[in-house]
This record gives sequence, C-alpha cells and structure tokens, in this order.
Amino acid sequence: MTLTKAELADLLFDKVGLNKREAKDMVESFFEEVRTALETGDSVKLSGFGNFQLRDKPQRPGRNPKTGEEIPITARRVVTFHASQKLKSTVDATQNGNVR
Amino acid sequence: MTKSELIARLAERFPQLVAKDADFAVKVILDAMSAALARGDRIEIRGFGSFALNYRPPRTGRNPKSGEKVQVPAKYVPHFKAGKELRERVDLPAA
Repeated sequence: MTLTKAELADLLFDKVGLNKREAKDMVESFFEEVRTALETGDSVKLSGFGNFQLRDKPQRPGRNPKTGEEIPITARRVVTFHASQKLKSTVDATQNGNVR
Repeated sequence: MTKSELIARLAERFPQLVAKDADFAVKVILDAMSAALARGDRIEIRGFGSFALNYRPPRTGRNPKSGEKVQVPAKYVPHFKAGKELRERVDLPAA
C-alpha cells in the first residue's frame, strides 16, 4: 500500500468533515505551502514529524557514466528531510517486530 | 515555517472554514503520514516527493565514552526523496 494525495483527501473528508472539493484542495495546499516556503529559502519544521531543510551544494566534478566523459555537476540547492525523534521511534517500535 | 505558521497560512487560504479545521486537517495529514511509515508503507506525493523506509543492517558500535563494544540492532529509518517539481523550484536559478 502506498499513501497518496487521494487517500489523504479521503481522510480529511471522513475525519475533518470537509467536502470532497475542500479536502482535495486542502491536501494540495498543504504541500504547496511547504514547497513555497522551501522555494523562498525558508526551512519547514513540523514538530512531531520532521524538518525540511535546504542545503547549498558546491559544484563538483562528475562523469557521464555512459561515455566516461568528465562534466562538472553544477552548484545547486537541494532539500533534505530529517525525521523527528518521535517519528523515528514510532517507526522503529513498529518495525522492530519485522526486523528480528 | 513552523507547523503553526503552516496552519495559519492554510486557514487564510480557506476563509470559508473555521480556523480549527485547518489545525485539525494538518494533524490528520501528518498523523496519516507517520502511521503509513510506521506500517512500512511508502508515501508518494506527485510534485512534492516520496517517503520510504531505509534499512540499516545490524552493526557493532562503540560506546564513545567507555570504548566498550555494543551490538546495534538492525533498524528502519524514514527517508525522503524530493520530487521533480520541488527539486526544480528549490534549486538556485541557473547561473
């Protein structure tokens, strides 16, 4: 099973009582607000879930794996996610049974 | 941006809803995402990214204070991979 926007919208319909249209818009807006914050260089801290942060990576040498040709990988800004201690321990507690 | 700022921005986008609905909606979304990862399910949000669990095999670690060897059990850790739209919007404008 994979969780997608459709399932999240169903949950907002069932649990929050939003109508179908609002539920769909709310899910879309949730992720759009996070994207907008990150786009403007702002990190996003969702307590109990995790933090989205931005990292500026300098240019580094790379290679075309097919041709072996050397090409620089340009400097870029990337998003990293750090799960909160709460999410990590929830995942670990539930998954432990599956590991051992 | 914190969770309460996110809630405030969503409440502004939905003036027809009571402020409490945005608050509850954010809680429901984050709880569902946490529960999915706890079950070992993936999360796929088109244009935003995907969350999945990465396996960390068991290893022998050391207590940095005593230098004593300790067995660290295998575990799963949440991992996020940014989607195409997020990656492109966040990246620096091409020089």
